[in-house]
Amino acid sequence: MSMITSPSPEAVQARAVLLGRSNWGAAEIAFWILAVACYWIFPTKLSLLSEIAILGLVALSVDLVLGYAGIVTLGQGAFFGIGAYAAGLAAKHGMGTSLWSDPLIGLFIGGGVAAFIGFATSFLVLRGSDMTRLMVTLGVALIVDEVVNQMKWLTGGSDGLQGVLPSAVLGIWDFDLFGRVAYVYSLVVLFVLFVIARALVKSPFGLSLQAIKGNQLRTRAIGMPVNARLIAVYTVAAFYAGVAGALAAQTTQFASPDYVAFHRSADAMLMLVFGGAGHLYGGLLGSVIFRTMQDVLGNITPQYWQFWLGVTLVALVLFVRGGILGLLDNLLSAWRRKGGAS
Amino acid sequence: MSQRILLESRDLVKRFGGITATDHVNFKLPEGARHALIGPNGAGKTTFVNLLSGVLTPTSGEILLDGVNVTKWSARRRAHAGMARTFQINQLFADLTPIETLMLTIAERENAGASWWRPVGSRSDFVDEAVALLAQLGISDIAHARVGELAYGKQRLLEIAVALAQKPKVLLLDEPAAGVPEHEREQILDVVAALPKEVALILIEHDMHLVFRFAKSISVLVNGGLFCEGSPEEIANDPRVRQVYLGEEEVHV
Repeated sequence: MSMITSPSPEAVQARAVLLGRSNWGAAEIAFWILAVACYWIFPTKLSLLSEIAILGLVALSVDLVLGYAGIVTLGQGAFFGIGAYAAGLAAKHGMGTSLWSDPLIGLFIGGGVAAFIGFATSFLVLRGSDMTRLMVTLGVALIVDEVVNQMKWLTGGSDGLQGVLPSAVLGIWDFDLFGRVAYVYSLVVLFVLFVIARALVKSPFGLSLQAIKGNQLRTRAIGMPVNARLIAVYTVAAFYAGVAGALAAQTTQFASPDYVAFHRSADAMLMLVFGGAGHLYGGLLGSVIFRTMQDVLGNITPQYWQFWLGVTLVALVLFVRGGILGLLDNLLSAWRRKGGAS
Repeated sequence: MSQRILLESRDLVKRFGGITATDHVNFKLPEGARHALIGPNGAGKTTFVNLLSGVLTPTSGEILLDGVNVTKWSARRRAHAGMARTFQINQLFADLTPIETLMLTIAERENAGASWWRPVGSRSDFVDEAVALLAQLGISDIAHARVGELAYGKQRLLEIAVALAQKPKVLLLDEPAAGVPEHEREQILDVVAALPKEVALILIEHDMHLVFRFAKSISVLVNGGLFCEGSPEEIANDPRVRQVYLGEEEVHV
């Protein structure tokens, strides 16, 4: 032990506090155990579960951009669609045998093409107010939507992309009719990308994103390259959305203009707001609730499920700050206060 | 022997439409300076600081930082070259904690801000430095509180801590005591008085008590132009200054 440089108790405590934030909490571990357990709990709902995992990945990508960096976006659906078509085309032309049809390579193709488009369009969202960013991201999404519809020779136009035949995952597990492989595969991909996103937001890079969201005047004054950070996170998020699209194309063996439609972007943002932005789990919880409500309410009132979804959303936004996670947080602290008083 | 000039403006002009907010200002800041910039409301003090720090681009003229022409440089590049500032109205990260704010600033200074895999706090040298800075400013007790919930005076101190974390050559303090309640004021005055000697300081202030306690030289800015410069005694006894500015309030030197 060095006598000269032994750190002060405050420094030891500060280190513990800062590093402690990247520890896995019990609730987090429980969340993922539950996600795995769903495989056995809902054996007949595996297709729905993989869809939820995929929607959760899109919402996670919106969280990186909106919840952390503060870029309001209505364009994440475009990257989802781009990823779906890129991976779908690769699988289709690989005919289920060549390397092009390999699902993992397909993920990188989908994510990579989406990230490239994300990088190219990131320069459009660097300047301007929330409103201009909203319009620019929406505009890009509408352009992608139209391009997909018009390039019939490549995309199949409004008929969608038929004959998407990915080969077996890792050459072992073929996609089955019950969605068993689809769910495990989607969940594993979601988890891996989640772990990376988690490290990212708890790193100095992630902290700088939150700072940019908080105050750009100050971030520039302390010498932070604000634009480079925003371009980086926008590109990473586009990659995430692209991978989600690739997963969707592979697990449904199909891609259609619906995958690039505007409602994809709006839904992703809705799920994130539902769950609570800026905590990574918000988007995942939001996608679970959103898709479950759609399924349950859709069975009860096929015509009016969106009405109840809307009512829930309005109530949540009006009465609870920070979505479902905000609600849980409020309940938890209220419970702690009560426990402390008695 | 001439002193090293750390910051200089040459014929600096800034016009907003028909208004000349900065009017041919020639200004030199030597190393170790304790310089106050005073002037009546609307004299262009904050515009001048915004020009120096790169928030605004001048209409004409030049700015030299330690001999290098930085007129066309962004605020970010100037920050890396050794220019730090505080803001008249707090510009902090409400959702972060003071320790996070300082960790962030130190990481940027050391070009480690884009590091994306290891968690904040894994660089123990950064943590030690941030903790020491908080102690230096007497705000160790609020290290882990949310900045948005801190008392105004504590936020003002954090403003100064952030600027110091940049290890600047030149530090611009834009009304550090503005809006701080009387009972928290003394702590800010002490901190300003105890700032490291090697940093050249410019203080913009309305509070004459603080100016005369701290400054070794003073410039008076009137209508965007430099009206006069001198030691605190010279300025306090200059009848013209009294007329344009100090006449507004009682002065106690």
